[in-house]
Amino acid sequence: MSDGPTVKRSSLSSRSYTTEEPEAEPAVGREGSLYLDAWRHLRRRPMFIIATAMILLLALMAIWPGLFTNADPLACDLADSLLTPSSEHWFGTDLQGCDYYARTIYGARVSISIGVLVTAVSTLIAVALGSVAGFYGGFVDTVIARITDIWFAIPTILGGIVILSLLGKKGMLQVSLVLIVLGWPTMLRLVRSAVLSVKETDYVDAARALGATNFRIIRRHVLPNSIAPVIVYATITVGGIISAEAALSFLGVGLQLPAISWGLMISVAQNRILTAPHLLLFPGLFLSATVFSFILMGDALRDALDPRLR
Amino acid sequence: MGRYLARRLLQFIPVFAGATLLIFLMVWAIPGDPIAALAGDRHMPDAVREQIRARYNLDDPLIVQYGKYVGGVFQGDFGDDFRGRPVTDLLSQRLPITVRLALLAFGFEVVLGIVAGIVAGVRKGGFLDNLVLVSTLVVIAIPIFVLGFLAQLVLGVRLAWFPVAGIQHGLYSYLLPAMVLGSVSLAYVARLTRTSVVENLRADYVRTATAKGLARRRVVGVHALRNSLIPVVTFLAVDLGALMGGAIITETIFNIPGIGRAVFEGVQRQEGTVVVGIVTFLVVVYLLANLLVDLLYAVLDPRIRYE
Repeated sequence: MSDGPTVKRSSLSSRSYTTEEPEAEPAVGREGSLYLDAWRHLRRRPMFIIATAMILLLALMAIWPGLFTNADPLACDLADSLLTPSSEHWFGTDLQGCDYYARTIYGARVSISIGVLVTAVSTLIAVALGSVAGFYGGFVDTVIARITDIWFAIPTILGGIVILSLLGKKGMLQVSLVLIVLGWPTMLRLVRSAVLSVKETDYVDAARALGATNFRIIRRHVLPNSIAPVIVYATITVGGIISAEAALSFLGVGLQLPAISWGLMISVAQNRILTAPHLLLFPGLFLSATVFSFILMGDALRDALDPRLR
Repeated sequence: MGRYLARRLLQFIPVFAGATLLIFLMVWAIPGDPIAALAGDRHMPDAVREQIRARYNLDDPLIVQYGKYVGGVFQGDFGDDFRGRPVTDLLSQRLPITVRLALLAFGFEVVLGIVAGIVAGVRKGGFLDNLVLVSTLVVIAIPIFVLGFLAQLVLGVRLAWFPVAGIQHGLYSYLLPAMVLGSVSLAYVARLTRTSVVENLRADYVRTATAKGLARRRVVGVHALRNSLIPVVTFLAVDLGALMGGAIITETIFNIPGIGRAVFEGVQRQEGTVVVGIVTFLVVVYLLANLLVDLLYAVLDPRIRYE
């Protein structure tokens, strides 16, 4: 770990070298790493604090829904069908008489799990392939670039509809897999261009001159310095994936009943938006708030991790 | 320009072949029996199964299957629905409706998005700038089907400003669906234009233009804007894919009988062939549109041509 901060500091100064005002370089304290600097910037930003609080709350909801509600989302009483919100049923009840608040809370699990899982896996694929493509260039790069070109020709929702409409069984795993299959190329392009810009820097040359192997250069120098835009994009992608899952479930090709998912709840609610608008509003509100908090977080991270924007 | 055109057209061939191959593989090579999925919950007699296998050349080697499939796509054959009607019939009937909706949405997003972006970018940090930034973020965060239902409920049912659904009221009934469809892209266009305008206003050529005494209106509207719009044009091409996905959702919500609605109905009736046929068609349109925009891009930006 001893050479970590040194490497990062050099990356920081090489970044600020390209800006017009060298005096704008943030004060380098005891630890001048990009991430520590970003953290100092972030913890004073209200946008970041709001986003973090919302994401933590949603994560808690996903992990431990019993903390928020005692009602069982699957214990329904038909006698209570389509009740409007009241003190007993905060969000009312649905057609089957299930407590809608409990269902909305339990719906967080599917959205958050799919969002995080899909983003994590596609980021891993993209970082592995992207750093190889960007670092080695040449033939490997050409092949990978052509493959992503082809993938780009198929819009996510359209591709998702095709695959999922032909799959017999549609659970969380299938939907996640389809979104991973369709989602990795965008991220790969980002990783590749970030790696390309770092590859030409002096400290990579220096490391090579010192006899470091390619694997070590990628692991210790190239990746830590090119990961910042990837983190930003990945955060925003979590929101995008959650939105895509809901859209696919809404169209009837995603999760199927009796699964509890916000997209599915909205899909069921669409036939009754006149008589029972609460069925639409609550899952819609939760879904939008979730996507919003991830986008907000991504924006805050971008401001913090890119010193040139400040 | 000729060389650029030739190179771009040549690059198009592998992308086209690859994309169609990918759809083909998605449909026929995924685990599970595609024929069983086509039948849905119903039982399928063996004779019918054999006939469908023959119809889709499933007993040929994979590569021959793909060759026949692409040959079909080139001749405008996107498969048949369950009543034996070609998907192209359905397309010719419903495409004009979707095109009308998409053009309206596109016009809406381009005009309002660029205007909002310029207004925000010119007065960076001002009230309008912050208003545009916050409102676009909110619009981006709300999934299109939530936005669609909200608009339908509030503007259609409660306030009765727009028809609630259907297309009986002519172009007027397309207005609200088009606004919903274009809203997310509008937000992206506005943000992109803003960033681009802010960057370009700092450029040396803008300072030169101001220094030689040109009116502010001309500096922003001609000098800065032309360069600022280059990234926006690229975005609009990529965005077409999102517009198509969005059309499926918007047409479903507002009950507009276009091809998006046809995809949804195909999913509901588990008519896999219709879904695949229409989506293949949409992907081909998307590819061609991207090619067209790339060529347009070269007209706008001479640097691309001589690269």
